[in-house]
Amino acid sequence: MIRFENITKVLGGKTVLDNISFEVSAGETFVIVGLSGAGKSVTLKHMIRLMLPDSGNVVVDGEPINHIGRTALQTVRTKFGVLFQSAALLQWMTVKDNVALPLREHTKMDEEEIGRLVAEKLRLLNLSDAGDKFPADLSGGMQKRVGLARAIIMSPQIVLYDEPTSGLDPVTSRRIDDLIVNMRRELGITSVVVTHDLHSALSIGSRIMMLHEGKIVENATPEEFIRSKDETVKSFLESQYITKKGKWETGLSHE
Amino acid sequence: MRYPAHSARRLGSQVLQLMHDTGHAMFMLLEAASFCRYVFSKRSWNETSMQMYITGIKSLAVITVVALFTGMILALQTGLELRRYGQEVYIGSAVSVSMIREMGPFMTGLIIAASVGSAIAAQIGTMTVSEEIAALEVMSINPNRFLVMPRLVALVVMMPILTVYTNILGIMGGAVVGATQLGVSVQAYMDNATQFATNKDLYVGLFKAFVFGIVITTVACHQGFMTREGAVGVGKATRRSVIISFLVILVLGYMITRLFYV
Ligand SMILES: Nc1ncnc2c1ncn2[C@@H]1O[C@H](COP(=O)(O)OP(=O)(O)OP(=O)(O)O)[C@@H](O)[C@H]1O
Ligand SMILES: [Mg+2]
Repeated sequence: MIRFENITKVLGGKTVLDNISFEVSAGETFVIVGLSGAGKSVTLKHMIRLMLPDSGNVVVDGEPINHIGRTALQTVRTKFGVLFQSAALLQWMTVKDNVALPLREHTKMDEEEIGRLVAEKLRLLNLSDAGDKFPADLSGGMQKRVGLARAIIMSPQIVLYDEPTSGLDPVTSRRIDDLIVNMRRELGITSVVVTHDLHSALSIGSRIMMLHEGKIVENATPEEFIRSKDETVKSFLESQYITKKGKWETGLSHE
Repeated sequence: MRYPAHSARRLGSQVLQLMHDTGHAMFMLLEAASFCRYVFSKRSWNETSMQMYITGIKSLAVITVVALFTGMILALQTGLELRRYGQEVYIGSAVSVSMIREMGPFMTGLIIAASVGSAIAAQIGTMTVSEEIAALEVMSINPNRFLVMPRLVALVVMMPILTVYTNILGIMGGAVVGATQLGVSVQAYMDNATQFATNKDLYVGLFKAFVFGIVITTVACHQGFMTREGAVGVGKATRRSVIISFLVILVLGYMITRLFYV
């Protein structure tokens, strides 16, 4: 569904992505992990051409998107819903208006229908009380969830999540994880999730890719991932108390 | 030996960059202008009327003070000179003509560039660095239609209106100085003022205001979109938008006067 073919991207003199190739298949929940600054957000931005590679091709649904025209690009982008790392809500609009924005811009729905859809998504994300607030009055985690509501309001085929659970409490984090899993199971939505949280990566991912210093150091199913021979992956796993003994027991559970 | 070649190359690349940026800004302006046909669509109109309100109200206090004092300074300055020839009564026309033709649009332009233009650059700059512009693009919402067009319409409409306001207050300020400092009665001042100011002066002044409105929006929005490097970048973009607007207003103001009066 999304294929990176030998992508190289240099930013500020640093090779952030170094000849990277991988493929996200339809219906998959593809998780990207890596240390801060590893190029995870940059990778996501290439999928929707917010960044252009220095060399290589990004292919979406069989179509290389690097050189397509504006209308074609819009068509490609309608397949995507994107949750940005910073949530990227419009500050002068209420939560409801932010979530409703894509509907108002791209559909002919009447206000009643829009209100109903928005309320439904807000309820799903436990935000029913926040509808009339402004983004600046919300916590970071709540802003993230509003961003997520906006990302899925148009029922996209592919959703890109840039750290959907960072800054959220564990309970809400699991709720978001469930949401991602449900969207895959019930709607067949393809997800690409960037996260630092290996526990959620292992529980929601159908495939986990780790980026390190511009290279892919691992790209495997969760079961294979925790058994990886790669030193970077091992130390990443150990840092979050994940060992390959149990299904992925945490160090804390031995107490 | 290397140094001159190096700076020549740098100058060259700066000129190229300037041309590139100007082209970019022009493209943005043209696209936003082409979207003006949607201005009365429901949502664009909400945003546009809000921008008009902000533009009109936000700077009204400053404009009032600046306009009054501009007129007073003009009256005092020319009045003292004219008094040497016993011609004080001509301050009416001196103030009204220079207000309407030059100082009105010029002062209004500077104030709006410093208050509204800087706010636009800061807002769009913040949106750029916090990925909000990227989010709009991903949602296939054209920022030139969504953000630039309403601001363009608001400034292009409000600039001439505010300029008329500046003109009126400036002329009033001149009348006060005339009556209190120079012994020119308000009646005589007004007669003189209306006798010499022509419709052409008014049209040229309003045309300037219209052009300055376009300049301020274009520069501010463009600087906003070009913002990089977080909060520091927003500060830079804001400052640059004010400076560039000032310079362009000065140069274009001169050129328009030349075009119509020489
Ligand atoms: N627009 C840009 N200009 C210059 N450098 C950039 C730009 N965007 C990202 N970078 C650099 O690219 C590298 C990767 O950035 P990226 O945002 O992809 O990291 P990340 O893996 O998402 O990290 P984090 O987990 O902290 O979000 C960083 O070194 C960053 O400084
Ligand atoms: Mg990131």
